[in-house]
Amino acid sequence: MPGATLAEELRTANDRGGRPPAGDPGGRGDGWGGGGRAGTPRRAYYTGLVLGLGTILMFFLALVSAYIVRKGLGGDWRATQLPPVLWLNTGVLAASSVALEAARRSFRQGEAAGFARWWLAGLLLGIGFLAGQLVAWRQLAAQGVYLASNASSSFFYVFTAAHGLHLVGGLCALLYVAARGWSHLLRTDGLAAGMAAAYWHFMDGLWVFLLLLLYFGR
Amino acid sequence: MSTDAHAAHAAPTGFVRKYIFSTDHKVIGLQYYFLALLAAFVGLALSLLMRLRLAWPTMEFPLTGQMLPEQYLALMTMHGTIMVFFVLTTAPQSGFGNYILPIQIGAADMAFPVLNMLSFWFTFAAFVVLLAAFFVQGGAPISGWTGYAPLSAIGESAGPGLGMGQTLWIISIAIFCGASLMGALNFIATTVDLRARGLSLMRMPLTVWAWFITAIVALLAFGVLLAAGILLLLDRVAGTSFFIPGGLVVTEKLLPHEGGSPLLWQHLFWFFGHPEVYIAILPSMGIASHVLATFSRKPIFGYRAMVYAIATIGFLGFCVWGHHMFASGMSPYSAIAFSLLTMSIGVPSAIKTFNWLGTLWGGRIRFTTAMLFALGFVSLFVSGGVSGLFLAQTSVDQPLHDTPFVVGHFHLIMGVASIFGIFAATYYWFPKMFARHMNETIGKLHFWLTFAGVYVVFMPMHFMGLFGQPRRYPDLQALSFGSLLDPAHKFVSIAALVTGAAQLLFLFNLFWSMKKGAQAELNPWQATTLEWTVPSPPPHDNFGGRTPQVYRGPYEYSVPGETEDFVPQHLPASTVQAQGD
Amino acid sequence: MQRKTSCAGSTATAVIFALFVVLLTILTVYYFAIKLWWFPDPINEIGREIDRQFYRTLVITGLVFVLSQLALAWVVVRYRDRGQRAHYSHGVGWMEITWTLATIILFIGLGVYAQFTWAKIHLDPPGPDPVEVEVIGEQFKWSFRYPGPDGKFGRYKPLEQVKRERAAGRRSDPWQLDPADPAGQDDIVLGPGSLMAVPANRQVQIILRSKDVIHSFFVRELRLKQDAVPGMVVPLRFTAEKPGDYELYCTELCGMGHHQMRTVLKVLSQADYEQWLRGQTATE
Repeated sequence: MPGATLAEELRTANDRGGRPPAGDPGGRGDGWGGGGRAGTPRRAYYTGLVLGLGTILMFFLALVSAYIVRKGLGGDWRATQLPPVLWLNTGVLAASSVALEAARRSFRQGEAAGFARWWLAGLLLGIGFLAGQLVAWRQLAAQGVYLASNASSSFFYVFTAAHGLHLVGGLCALLYVAARGWSHLLRTDGLAAGMAAAYWHFMDGLWVFLLLLLYFGR
Repeated sequence: MSTDAHAAHAAPTGFVRKYIFSTDHKVIGLQYYFLALLAAFVGLALSLLMRLRLAWPTMEFPLTGQMLPEQYLALMTMHGTIMVFFVLTTAPQSGFGNYILPIQIGAADMAFPVLNMLSFWFTFAAFVVLLAAFFVQGGAPISGWTGYAPLSAIGESAGPGLGMGQTLWIISIAIFCGASLMGALNFIATTVDLRARGLSLMRMPLTVWAWFITAIVALLAFGVLLAAGILLLLDRVAGTSFFIPGGLVVTEKLLPHEGGSPLLWQHLFWFFGHPEVYIAILPSMGIASHVLATFSRKPIFGYRAMVYAIATIGFLGFCVWGHHMFASGMSPYSAIAFSLLTMSIGVPSAIKTFNWLGTLWGGRIRFTTAMLFALGFVSLFVSGGVSGLFLAQTSVDQPLHDTPFVVGHFHLIMGVASIFGIFAATYYWFPKMFARHMNETIGKLHFWLTFAGVYVVFMPMHFMGLFGQPRRYPDLQALSFGSLLDPAHKFVSIAALVTGAAQLLFLFNLFWSMKKGAQAELNPWQATTLEWTVPSPPPHDNFGGRTPQVYRGPYEYSVPGETEDFVPQHLPASTVQAQGD
Repeated sequence: MQRKTSCAGSTATAVIFALFVVLLTILTVYYFAIKLWWFPDPINEIGREIDRQFYRTLVITGLVFVLSQLALAWVVVRYRDRGQRAHYSHGVGWMEITWTLATIILFIGLGVYAQFTWAKIHLDPPGPDPVEVEVIGEQFKWSFRYPGPDGKFGRYKPLEQVKRERAAGRRSDPWQLDPADPAGQDDIVLGPGSLMAVPANRQVQIILRSKDVIHSFFVRELRLKQDAVPGMVVPLRFTAEKPGDYELYCTELCGMGHHQMRTVLKVLSQADYEQWLRGQTATE
């Protein structure tokens, strides 16, 4: 409106409640639900998750590059023989990822009991993986291979510990979903479960990568 | 809709929820700001003590007597660490970014308010842990903010402060990494997902772009520092040898470590460290652009180029870390690659400088204190930037590396230009935050004293470097040519004391104006961006439950055919002649 | 209309700001022109090359510095608020392209040029008969080792042997020469705190090592700097032309005695150098 003061403009624009005038598509705006009610859109949680995974990836890539550099440095590289239980652990972790996905399928089909069963299975298998990692550590220790024994073992312990710690974080997320229960899942359309599962799958994939690196890099 | 968001947007009650453990981005922004302010004065005090030692090495301090060389090195290490992390990474990004970014994009808060609160308190915890290093046995570490191994890795036998002090330093940095990563995640998710309708990427204020790109850089860089810090900690406490080679003899003792590489630490550290210094400057560049446009009453000259330039700087910042390592013994071929890449970072930096000048050209310039600091920023950015061109060249860097030439360079860029961005932002957004103006007279006096002072302090350092003075020497008495620089050091130290004292003006102005400053109207600068449409200070959810709508670019000043010399972003297109983005 | 600040103040502020920036520019150029504190004269060809590249850089950056600061001063005065309407513009495309291209050419050109000297320092193979000197850094002194008449450096004691000997209670050090290596019999070891001598006009290859933490070798007049990194053996070559005494000092933070870790590099005529060498006791 020509001649309107700033205050009037402000009032009019705000009164329109944030809906665009005809013919002006502007930039973003989907997912808000119109109306101007502020909050964190669902989409942002997945953005946050991707970003978090990105940063975790950078952390591990730094360790990987240190590993590659150190390995290339000198003839004193004494390969760490990987305890065979690690392969079993990998299978357990993969199974836990499958279980979580089965749980999510149950959720989409509205089966509360199915969800609870599969989610619990995933959780237990996750704990099983971590227990298995500890077994691997003990096996190495029994052979006298510790964190500071040599460069190769140092990296082994650092990789497994760092991954394990991140997985513990993932376990906390799984526990959170379990604790909040079915009604929360329904209310949020499975947001937390989806995010926890995605994080978990990423850790699963990361573990496979690390294991292969350690295996081929012996 | 998430529970998290609901909880965050019910206005909090009670002192603790409102001011201590608040999830309101505005409170958190101020918490960061005041933490940075405290850190800045601590860091400033440390630097003044350093300058006293350099100018008067035999000076007797009350209570402590003469300053020992190791004490100087501890002051230096803590000065660098505090300033880089707790001032330059905190105030312009976490401080102003937190407060202003959500409002500038039309959001009610950050995407993850609880995470935001955590990231502040982690930062605070990191600061406390760092300061604790002063009070443990052996004192603060002496290995510099860069903490090169093996000096930082082999413990007390290599020097005082390298025991518990160094360990606390590492832990502090690790906590800070966690805090930064959380903050960066929040900034990016917020910018990507919470923008108001009509606010396309190319309509975002350049401050938002700066905070956004900075957050991406931080997200990718801090994880690497965390990894490096963990490996260093393991070398120190667990007997590993990531960075410690074999055969080291320190105070007659043969160290048990074997096979590690000191250069690996440098690579990991600088892979983080170089992006870190861009984290320190990028927000201030955004602030400078924003303030210059406002007070020139002109759109930013070459908005798109500015966006591409800042994104390019952010990206290239990851490709140049080796220029800190030309003398390190790394491959000369790598050095050549790093050198050329570093020279090329000068290009987007130059583009930004020319565009700032272009923004002023043809403008209608108003000299508020905020504008003076923004203008000062441009001058300082040029001064600090051009010395970088010397250091970027492998051969020219040879005599200049590890001299005060480097110190002058990075202080002008980080320690001054970036700080000027913080000052400009403070004077600029103070009226929005506190509904009052800072005193313009004191502000201008603060500006003139500081602008003159910083040049007098840091320009001579370039000459000290040319002369051959090395860095990190508590005094030059052992060098045959050292005493020739005595007058320079006394001159610089006196200037530093005066300039440091002038900052008290700022401190006084800041706190006094919160209570006694002149009342400010809603939009005292007649600016175009969304933060000026909300009350001062903004209510808990910023826009009173409504979402603004954006119709145009962020710097539509002096649009022909308009009665007012500014067209706010949120005004509907039907009332103004649309001029495009 | 709008504005908060009075127009009246703006001319004074603009002019003061501009004068300040102009004064800064003039003083900076002046002090660089008179070389307020400057490099000492170089004593080698590489040093002269580095200086030439330094001056090229100084001219180009000086130009950028001066033009930018003066432009800032000018716009601030010319476009101060005098009630005029600002010129609405989002930028001028051809200007952007022009100065971007100019900057690319200038900066990358400078950068490429600098690499030639660097390549000479680090990528050229050693000459036919360099004088080799091992330079060893430790907290907080420099040591040196010359290979002696056989021209070969002896081996240091292997680490395993040192560990064995220490376990047996004997004094043993990885910086002791291995008695089993005959090449080390005539090595001239100049212990911590010694000075270093080299002949003029002959290529010298120093071999940098460190016993504990990172140190760095620097001589102003040579313009050359190289870190001595523990666990690494790093060569650096130079040919000094002018006899004299030159300060050799550590330029990488190595601890609380970093500022005292200095000695002298003596450049001597060939005859004086040989005499000096004869005067050093060949040890171990």
